[in-house]
Amino acid sequence: MVEDGRPVSIKIDHVSKIYRTGSGGVHALDDLTADIAEGEFVCILGPSGCGKSTLLWGMSGLHDLSAGQVVLNGTPVTGLRPEIGMIFQEANLLPWRNLADNIRFPFEIKKIDPKPYQGRIDSLLNEVGLAGFENKMPRELSGGMQQRASIVRCLSYDPSVILMDEPFGALDAFTRDEMNLLIQKIWMETKKTIAFVTHNVTEAIFLADRVFVLSPRPGRLAKVYRIDLPRPRTIEQTFTPEFIDMMLEIKAQIQHGGGTALRST
Amino acid sequence: MASELRENIPTFEQSNDAQSNEVGVSNMSALTNMSFARNGWEALIIIGVAVAVIGGLELFLRWQNVPKYTFPLPSDVGSALWNKWDLFQPHLIATLKVLFSGYLIGAAIGIMLAALVTQFPFAEKIITPYILLLVTTPMIALVPLLVQKMGFGMAPRVIAVSLAVGPMVMINSATGFRRTDLAKIALARSYGATTLQIFTKVRFPLALPMIIVGLMVGAIFGMLTAVGAEIVGSSEGLGNRLMFYSSRIQMDNFWAIIVLLATMGILIYVFFYWVGKRWASWQA
Repeated sequence: MVEDGRPVSIKIDHVSKIYRTGSGGVHALDDLTADIAEGEFVCILGPSGCGKSTLLWGMSGLHDLSAGQVVLNGTPVTGLRPEIGMIFQEANLLPWRNLADNIRFPFEIKKIDPKPYQGRIDSLLNEVGLAGFENKMPRELSGGMQQRASIVRCLSYDPSVILMDEPFGALDAFTRDEMNLLIQKIWMETKKTIAFVTHNVTEAIFLADRVFVLSPRPGRLAKVYRIDLPRPRTIEQTFTPEFIDMMLEIKAQIQHGGGTALRST
Repeated sequence: MASELRENIPTFEQSNDAQSNEVGVSNMSALTNMSFARNGWEALIIIGVAVAVIGGLELFLRWQNVPKYTFPLPSDVGSALWNKWDLFQPHLIATLKVLFSGYLIGAAIGIMLAALVTQFPFAEKIITPYILLLVTTPMIALVPLLVQKMGFGMAPRVIAVSLAVGPMVMINSATGFRRTDLAKIALARSYGATTLQIFTKVRFPLALPMIIVGLMVGAIFGMLTAVGAEIVGSSEGLGNRLMFYSSRIQMDNFWAIIVLLATMGILIYVFFYWVGKRWASWQA
């Protein structure tokens, strides 16, 4: 399936995952199939423990799948792929390095000379409002600043696909709004393919082109919602009736598998 | 049920535990908080008190007419250090030689063993009782035995020092290497890091503060063992001089050696304090 005539970037093909544990297996993902188009922003939403992080880690090549495969840009993912960038639940900066050295970390691991990328890094730092903080240690930065730094770190080497695992879950509501606006801005400028795992319905609708709702464990693709709100979207928009209707519908889908709505009127 | 899912997924709460400091032999935070004067005034007071203590001792000893074989005057100790430096120097060098060579061997083996053993929890279980045995047994006890086999050369003392240093360094370093921050390892892996890169760029820096603590405790234990070993079985070194001068009731020389030993200890401490500030301050 090709979205809007755009080529498929990530093809999730009958993916299953069973974790082996002492007390038998835990069925995390069951026969999940979906496509993500190039330059598309997809949010993966679902109840706690439904396997949404498992799916993301499977897409990253960091964890094996029990069955099925993920095809990225035409080749099956069997291990790490340089075109993928990951953003984690916490900023995950190395506390013994200052901001500039943290951003240089991927280059050191990949053994790439960061010099040609320095202009890009500087303009990214500028964009997220961290210019001038290069020599600060992570503990001197606020939670939001740390997460912005981790976004710069991820974008610095220009990956074409970004996988985000509940990146703003630990931030307060205001900082989260700010980060969502920032991510939207960056995405609109760079047109990266983004898969974004979250358990926050508002965040998912605000950011996504399409929202994948997973069923409770074992995770299956319960429903796909296309979000056609015009961009750039604003935080005010999240309080419009149109937005709230969509939110309630998705919430109902998550909680009751569709069926009864939560609306009290 | 959710916890079962964590088998393979890095969970990020765990990174907080890694920050907590184990309390024990290893935690020297009370010591490392020491700092010198903040300004000229403070420095003046600190130096003034030191002068008053030493000067007061001098005056008290003179006033009470304490015999010199009981407690020498600080000024006598000072002049012994100044005038008989040539007598002391070769012994200082002998002690430093034993300390350095034993320390290097012990610390290197300790760190390597810690890095290796923490990778294999079962190996750690096997090896830990022996390490504890080495930590708790004074290694000086081995010296007479080693001297019997190897004579009065450097070797028995070097062995004793490395046996005292190694386990100390190992136990503390192992605590450091056990702080595996899965989120940071996952981060490195997401950039395609090799096992070696994960070790050098994540595990080692994460362990470094504890390794430095181990190196400091190890250095102090090493010095104690080196001096003890010289007292027990050696014809040279500061420990040997302690025995020599006390048997001749040359208390000014005896105390001069003690001042040298104290200075060495303080220098070791200051050195590691500086190393800790330089390389492990991110943890503060």
